[in-house]
Amino acid sequence: MAIKDYQPNMVLAQTKYNVVGTRPVRHDGADKVTGRAQYGADFQTASLQFGAILRSPHAHAKIKSIDTSKADAYPGVMATVTAKDFPDTDASDDQHVKLGELSTSLGYLRDNILASTKVLYKGHAVAGVAAINAHIAQEAVELIKVEYEVLSSATTPVDAMNDAASILHDHLKTEELGEKTDKISNVAEHFQHVLGDIDKGFSEADVIAEREFTTQTVHQGYIEPQNFSAFWNKDGKVTIWCSTQGPFEVRDASAEALSLNIADIKLVPMEIGGGFGGKFEPYGAPVAAMLSKKTGKAVKIVMSRAEDLQGTGPTPGSYMKVKMGATKDGKIVAANAYLAFEAGAFPGSPVGAAAMCVFAAYDIPNVTVDGFDVVNNKPKMGAYRAPGATQASFASETIVDELAEKTGIDPIEFRLMNAAKEGSRRADGPVHPKIGCVEVLEAMRDHDHYNAPLEGPHKGRGVAVGYWINGGGPSACTIRVNPDGSLTLSEGSADIGGTRTSVSMQAAEVLGVPVELFNPQVVDTDSVGYTSGTGGSGVTHKTGWAAYEAAHHVKKQLIERASKIWDISADDIEMENGSLRSISDQSLAMSLPEIAEQLLDTGGPVVGSSNIDPPAIGSAYAGCIVDVDVDPDTGKTTIERFTMVQDAGKAIHPSYVEGQMQGGSVQGIGWALNEEYYMNESGEMMNTSFLDYRIPVILDLPMIDTVIVEVPSPTHPYGVRGVGEVNLVPPPAAIANGIYRAQGVRMDKLPMNPAAVMEAVWNK
Amino acid sequence: MAIVHIPSLMQNMTDGQQTVEVEGSNVRQVVNNLDELYPGIKERLVANNKIKPNISVAVDGVVSSMGMLEKVQEASEVFFLPAIGGGAF
Repeated sequence: MAIKDYQPNMVLAQTKYNVVGTRPVRHDGADKVTGRAQYGADFQTASLQFGAILRSPHAHAKIKSIDTSKADAYPGVMATVTAKDFPDTDASDDQHVKLGELSTSLGYLRDNILASTKVLYKGHAVAGVAAINAHIAQEAVELIKVEYEVLSSATTPVDAMNDAASILHDHLKTEELGEKTDKISNVAEHFQHVLGDIDKGFSEADVIAEREFTTQTVHQGYIEPQNFSAFWNKDGKVTIWCSTQGPFEVRDASAEALSLNIADIKLVPMEIGGGFGGKFEPYGAPVAAMLSKKTGKAVKIVMSRAEDLQGTGPTPGSYMKVKMGATKDGKIVAANAYLAFEAGAFPGSPVGAAAMCVFAAYDIPNVTVDGFDVVNNKPKMGAYRAPGATQASFASETIVDELAEKTGIDPIEFRLMNAAKEGSRRADGPVHPKIGCVEVLEAMRDHDHYNAPLEGPHKGRGVAVGYWINGGGPSACTIRVNPDGSLTLSEGSADIGGTRTSVSMQAAEVLGVPVELFNPQVVDTDSVGYTSGTGGSGVTHKTGWAAYEAAHHVKKQLIERASKIWDISADDIEMENGSLRSISDQSLAMSLPEIAEQLLDTGGPVVGSSNIDPPAIGSAYAGCIVDVDVDPDTGKTTIERFTMVQDAGKAIHPSYVEGQMQGGSVQGIGWALNEEYYMNESGEMMNTSFLDYRIPVILDLPMIDTVIVEVPSPTHPYGVRGVGEVNLVPPPAAIANGIYRAQGVRMDKLPMNPAAVMEAVWNK
Repeated sequence: MAIVHIPSLMQNMTDGQQTVEVEGSNVRQVVNNLDELYPGIKERLVANNKIKPNISVAVDGVVSSMGMLEKVQEASEVFFLPAIGGGAF
């Protein structure tokens, strides 16, 4: 599968199919490009009310009183709500609620929707208002009087771990794999992975590299702010319309928050303008529902960008210390990591995933990893594409690059010499199944980019590779055969990357029909079986698999129906290229439209359905090559060339895979060079707009070149691995390694903005 | 027998043993038999007859969504890991 002749956006395919692997036009394309697609902010209904949220001005404070009387009396205001309107909140209630890739306890969930006794971050929601228009709602919010007792705050994991730090939760004790220690602390959890003998490993090392790293809080930066509309009907049934990656998770969490039966809530997922892991929490949905209960009318809340940055779940900042050792001939023999991740206001950072991923690209015999989940005065952290892995790989891939340099071995060859493969044991214990780490590295090594000369001063080329576990979870799908032979597919996976089409393509492959025959619909939670959220790069894997099974169910029924029509055994019938025919009698044949028009007269409609929980997931690797130019006078880093290589298992729709690879690369460039929550001493985020929170724009970027490697996952019908996340793992490390080669400084902090680079250069 | 890999932070409960061989055709039986050998382990791992929310179980390299009901084969490897993000994946 080596690269022979370079071309942009290559697919190194191993297996050819009829539909899978092609590039049809997406089913939702016309709605999206003509502006007809309905997003959450577009929601309209009769007598719609508009909601607004009062948020804490303090990073940490006790709530002494809340007085809504002036807001209640303000003309045009229909209702106000506070935490007291919700079922009793007990912050120590540890009943867990699943929220996509992360989870939280019921007590924390309710307290993050509206604070009850304390505010734990600037922007923490305190009260809600519904009014006849959004302006009045916003004016009324400012009339709510809250008396606070301000407390000291900590906004980094290191500060929060300090014994002198103000404690966020009076009941929180550090837990060590199921056992609570006696210590009240901001450290919610400590765990450890041990493989082999770390001391013995380092004693065998000829070269050792060790550094401390810090990364800052970063937001997903989706373009569509979060939004929530709800209607609480007189019969107690609630409908929620929102932009979410987890329709079922938000439904269930809202039911928990409101103490309703799940069957009493229907969630209608609107089109979603980006999520990247950040749209799994209910946030304002229960507030809108409670306001609707009081007003008797539907209520819509649309967050501003500043609210979104301060009041939703970004990805954590971290403090990490990584040490690795290798023999002089390039074998990594020991690796140690200390990972402290901020969870924000409530426990549950992705440090567990970081620990799984930090050394997962390599086969290392002696490893220890210590992970710490630390609460601090920032918003409750959420998921963000491969949560935890990007931070961890920034540290480990910088150290690996240093070891390669110290041993005098080419950076990619060094990685290949140590690459994880089938049978390698991860630091946390499990053994890798068939994986594509070696194939990704080989494609990088053979790529035109890696072998092209790098000319001119101040330029450097960096590489890095990264691993992501990918996620699974239950999924459901139904396929209905219409009387004209067209097919309607219903699924519960919010479509954030073209998955209506990539899911339908897997069903089309089974039936041997063009995917254009399908009309795929993402339906509400009352209309399809439980489907876990659009996270973990899982939709094309799990819902594609569900569609595959549903299509087989359709096929079986069509064959049975043809058997009845032709009065022959079903064993004598096959379905190929969308047509049914008798194996023994070539004169008996029917196209899909021909049998479809007879279905209602021969036994009724044909509906294929499936509900699955895939037994395994397809973990994935990605690597990137990046050329940088670092201005020696200003420290500004310009990305001159960027190539992303990724194992997709099987690229169902290569264009969408390439889009994911390019999108993850761009977010990685932003994370590496610019993005951060810039906090002042009071714990307040100072850059709450996209003018100051600097995500990359097209002028910051070169063409992102892609190479799709296909090492099929052995457990999926078409070999699919998740493709949405792992591409965000290696970019910051690769850029750091490029800056090192351009300026001779090892960057140990993110973001590597001009000031950070100049500081590193001056300290050289 | 299944091979249970004991997390380092629990090896004080198994006299320092890093792995323990235990009979059982599913995780529930493995945990019960492990608890017979080393009392207290079940309480550490299980609440309300389920693996605790901040712990996950992996059998032969695959993190299970079935928890206590996950099947275990002869010579399977069983791991108890911190759950990703403090909860189910």
